[in-house]
Order: sequence, then structure tokens, then C-alpha cells
Amino acid sequence: MRGPAGARLVIVYGDYECPFCAAVDVRLHELELRVAFRHFPVRSSHPRAQAAACAAEAAARQDAFWPFHDALFADQGRLEDPHLWARAERLGLDLARFDADRRSDAVAERVRADFRGGIRAGVATTPTLFVDGERHAGRPDAALWAALRG
Amino acid sequence: MAVIEAGRPVPEFSLARFEGDPPFTRQDLRGGTTVLVFYPFAFSPVCTDQLSVYQEVVGDFEARGVTLYGVSCDAVWSQRAFRDKLGVTIEQLSDFEPKGAACRVFGVLHPGGFAQRALVMIGPDGVVRWSHEADSPGDLPGANLIFDALDAT
Repeated sequence: MRGPAGARLVIVYGDYECPFCAAVDVRLHELELRVAFRHFPVRSSHPRAQAAACAAEAAARQDAFWPFHDALFADQGRLEDPHLWARAERLGLDLARFDADRRSDAVAERVRADFRGGIRAGVATTPTLFVDGERHAGRPDAALWAALRG
Repeated sequence: MAVIEAGRPVPEFSLARFEGDPPFTRQDLRGGTTVLVFYPFAFSPVCTDQLSVYQEVVGDFEARGVTLYGVSCDAVWSQRAFRDKLGVTIEQLSDFEPKGAACRVFGVLHPGGFAQRALVMIGPDGVVRWSHEADSPGDLPGANLIFDALDAT
């Protein structure tokens, strides 16, 4: 979760290989909102989404979730292992630890738990946003953006 | 036309399978719980498809004795290409000829000649256990609806 305390909360279910998710993420970050990101990697559509989600969670274990998250969305064409290592290196992470963590069962389970939570909440596409408890599937329309701008 | 309701026995129907298999009919519903996932068109432009999401939890469905099938009015070859593109294993059933005949039986044939986005759960006895029709073709029903129906019925 990031954003100013007391700001409106938006929960985003997304996948690092989904171009619409990247576009939405950038726009949300520009607004005065608290954003919680939940992993919803759909492997059949996006073969590197799962690995990218696990990498972000591994970075989180070194307090670098959001910088890593931004670095993933900023360059979706480069999500292979060497690209993930390059990001970790650039952010000054302990590489050996990062690599062990991203392959660990605990991290995979963390990502899976997000996914299952999404399924339970009726997520059927990415991105899906929850605002004030209401589900908005797909890219936000103009009315939702207007509401989010407050 | 509205989707077939719970409690009704499934009428006779026939859907084509890939590779000249005998068609999928009411007899194929025996022995397990079936969910028919009706969708409007193969390759319709949504970023992450409903079937890709269901694929992620296909193991959970199997563990509960449930088999999912995708159903549309597309030809078998189009469905196979669509399945390959999505990278899913969910079998596709084609209502191409006579077009929409099975969709009409299940009450999901849109006047435009395609299947409404709908889910029909059928028990091993061939009786509809639960059904759901989406409000619009763009409204993708989450897998949670199927799990909830399994828990509730």
C-alpha cells in the first residue's frame, strides 16, 4: 500500500505483463490516492506474469516492493530472469537473497493467496479495481477516473 | 430468451468436438458435474480472457469433480486456434452447424447469432443445477460464481 494516509483507498488486481495494468498504474500514481496492489497473474495469457509477481514480492522482503513494482511496469518488454536480476541490482538489493526469495514457496504462496482472494472477489480480468467496495472490471472509464480525481 | 433454469432437465442437444470426435450430447453429461461456459466469440478483444482466468483454477474444479467446457457458435478450427492462443486446456464445443441450435436449447442464443455470456452447471443426472447469464457480453462472470454455486447447491 502506498499513498497519503487518509486518502481514498483503491485496490488494484493486476499483472505485470498486462499493458492496461501498466497504463492504469501510472495514472493512479499521479492521483491523491492510497493504492494497494494485489497480484493476479494469468499465466496462460502472460507467461512471465507469475515470475514478475514473485520477483516483486522478493524485493518486498528487502523493503523495495514499490520501486521494483514501478520498474516492472516501466519496462514490460523485459521480464526475463536477467532483466529481473538487473532491476534488483540497480535497486541495490542483495542479489543472492533476492533470487532465493523469488523462487521460494513462501513467496509463491503469497502471490497465490492474492490470486485466490481475487477469484473469491469476482475478479475475471485485469486490471480490476475496487473502490469503496465496488468492483470495476477492465480499464476504468471516464466516470471512474473523474470519481477518483475527486 | 433467458438462460435455462435450475431444476430443469437438459433437453437433447449436440455440439461438435474437435478432430471428428462424436458430438458432445446429453449422454456426455453423465458421471460428473459439467459447467458449460458460453461466450460470444473466439478472439473478441479483451485483454485477459475469462477462460484464461478459469484455467488458473481448473485444478480446483477437477478436485471437486467438475469439468468445464467453452461453448460458442464459432467453427471448431477457430475454437482450436483460440484455445491455442490463450494457452488453455479447457475443451471447446462448437455450435456452428446448425448454427446456434444448442445455444437456443439452453436459452442463450443472442438475436445477433452468437452465444450470450452465460454459465450453466449440470449435475450427473442431466438436470440443470445452476445457471447465470451476464448482464452484457463485456461483463465477465468470475470463477467465484461457479464456486459459490457449488457450495450452495
